[in-house]
Amino acid sequence: MAENKARLLQGNEAVVEGAIAAGLRFFAGYPITPSTEIAEQAAAKLPTVGGKFIQMEDEIASMAAVCGASLAGVKSMTATSGPGFSLKQENLGFAVKGEIPCVVVNVQRVGPSTGMPTSPAQGDVMQARWGSHGDHEIVALCPSSVEEAFRLTVEAFNIAEEYRTPVILLMDEVIGHLREKVVLPSKEELTIKHREKPSVPPEQYKPFAMDQGRIPGVPPLAAYGEGYRFHVTGLTHGEDGFPTNNPAIAEKQIKRINEKISSNRKALCKVERFFLNDAEVVVVAYGATARSARKAVKDAREQGIKAGLLRPITIWPFVEDALSEVKANLPKAVIVPEMNLGQLVLPVRRVMGDSVPVIQINKLAGQLIEPEEILSAIKEAV
Amino acid sequence: MATLKELSRVPEVLAPGHRMCAGCGAPIVVRQVLRAAKAPVAVANATGCLEVSTTIYPYTSWKSPFIHVAFENASASLSGVEAAYQSLKRQGKITDEIKFVAFGGDGGTYDIGLQSLSGAMERGHDMVYVCYDNGAYMNTGIQRSSATPMGADTTTTPVGSVRPGKLGWRKNLTKIMMAHGIPYVAQISPSHWNDLYQKAEKAFAVKGPAFLNAIAPCPRGWRHDSAETVQMTKLAVDTCFWPLFEAVDGKVRVTYKPRQKKPVVEFLKTQGRFRHLFRPENEGLIEQIQAEVDREWEELLALERLSQEQAAE
Repeated sequence: MAENKARLLQGNEAVVEGAIAAGLRFFAGYPITPSTEIAEQAAAKLPTVGGKFIQMEDEIASMAAVCGASLAGVKSMTATSGPGFSLKQENLGFAVKGEIPCVVVNVQRVGPSTGMPTSPAQGDVMQARWGSHGDHEIVALCPSSVEEAFRLTVEAFNIAEEYRTPVILLMDEVIGHLREKVVLPSKEELTIKHREKPSVPPEQYKPFAMDQGRIPGVPPLAAYGEGYRFHVTGLTHGEDGFPTNNPAIAEKQIKRINEKISSNRKALCKVERFFLNDAEVVVVAYGATARSARKAVKDAREQGIKAGLLRPITIWPFVEDALSEVKANLPKAVIVPEMNLGQLVLPVRRVMGDSVPVIQINKLAGQLIEPEEILSAIKEAV
Repeated sequence: MATLKELSRVPEVLAPGHRMCAGCGAPIVVRQVLRAAKAPVAVANATGCLEVSTTIYPYTSWKSPFIHVAFENASASLSGVEAAYQSLKRQGKITDEIKFVAFGGDGGTYDIGLQSLSGAMERGHDMVYVCYDNGAYMNTGIQRSSATPMGADTTTTPVGSVRPGKLGWRKNLTKIMMAHGIPYVAQISPSHWNDLYQKAEKAFAVKGPAFLNAIAPCPRGWRHDSAETVQMTKLAVDTCFWPLFEAVDGKVRVTYKPRQKKPVVEFLKTQGRFRHLFRPENEGLIEQIQAEVDREWEELLALERLSQEQAAE
């Protein structure tokens, strides 16, 4: 089949391929390095599949347009990098609150502020989690290869649709600009999920119902224009979508939108385990850094050192259970290399407590962490 | 009126050795405008080619204080700087006359920076905002902006079998700025250096906000020979694609009327971004562009007549 042919693809291109395969038909973009290729590819490709690309006047508007298009029933996405991700936060929070399925790609570059636009970083891990205000859960996925950028984009749409929530694809400049040989799966090999539509007549429809839907706490979502007139607002609202200051209703609703993610942590949290069974030293790495970590672990094994890698594919919600398993084996150390000053190491340390020492390796000036650096940390730890 | 010789003796604020591309229109605009400041300037710059390429560590081309904050807020940042200056001046802590000038490309001015520009103009800060309009996001690799001309090929309005580049007309930002009722608004072009100089002088002289919109070719994005930059701007003016005019306290004056208005095709045919317009399947588009250029030009002349009539009353 033609679709299964091997191709040389850039990470950013793979995101667009994956998104279109997942059903993306609306992209609102704004140029920003190192994510611009995603907008450019979307502009070129979406019209050929009957989709729509719009370039907006800024990042705020792109996120808002994505929310609007998704409520109109179309799978929607936007892509950006640090400064743009900051601008999107208010509307990202709106998507959480309005329970609007959508995908936001952040190809991370060095910050803070304008930072180093062409250099990679992993400095937005905590921003992805806590960037928008108020108590909320977020789903963020982190690919570490071009092929995975494709697959996780599909996965991001599936999660967004299934859980009525925005999903962040947390890339980094390395994966975004990396070109690799990939064999993309055919349509038949992919599972594509769609949001649940209401089965009740319009007059009975409650867009924010407490107890409806395939997944508990995820009410079905009608599309604008289908005859289901409903209200969406960032104000705290009741089951009908209209604003309320009633503390009892507010608490129930805020808890519901948090718990629909947190209570499904097991289904959402994906990791890759590499030589983990008998590992005496465990490296926890994600994104581009995981590539170096894998090489370091391989090299360590060749030298007879029992090293292993735990790679969180899901960054948020945090892969609590996989980490607890690591802890139960009481390794000599857990090493967390990150292209930041230490962000994912915080929840790792929280899980390990006093039982296992946690060692950080940090680089924050746009340089990759090299396998040798991780290897020497492994050697020091055993 | 200054002579070229006199102008060449004015000390530069933007030093040579920056890394803007050969043939870039932006630094020409900056140097020409700043020659008219006649006082020390403090510069704010929106994210863009100018900001990136003139300030590469450990060097800077700016002999003035310079602030770059983000893409969307050169005007807001400079509002703060200017307001602080006014306060220090009132307190007697500063006695020097200082001019405040912001530069932004069309992306940072027409699009993401429009809100902060509008706010600064409305509040009445004593500053000059200069937009160097090269008609696309050139710094990130030629994506369309709301200043991109109709029919132009950009990476987000790619020419294909269905779309002939950007659909729709560009935003008329100069008119939007006029609608703010600020003391001085003008459109300028590097080709008409004396017209530009005089307008910049007025912009710096007025009390309150002034806005200058400059056409600034980008050889990469427009796809023309980098030696032809000034010629491009001359053609833009002579075809009335980029009319030269000013609004002083709302009174419009067209400062240059081509003796013979050239057809817009003379401007379009010089640039690779419009190449596809000459293919048979895109017939009619050039006429559309011409019609829109004519309409804007006639409207401008009508505005000028109205201003003259009001003055005569």
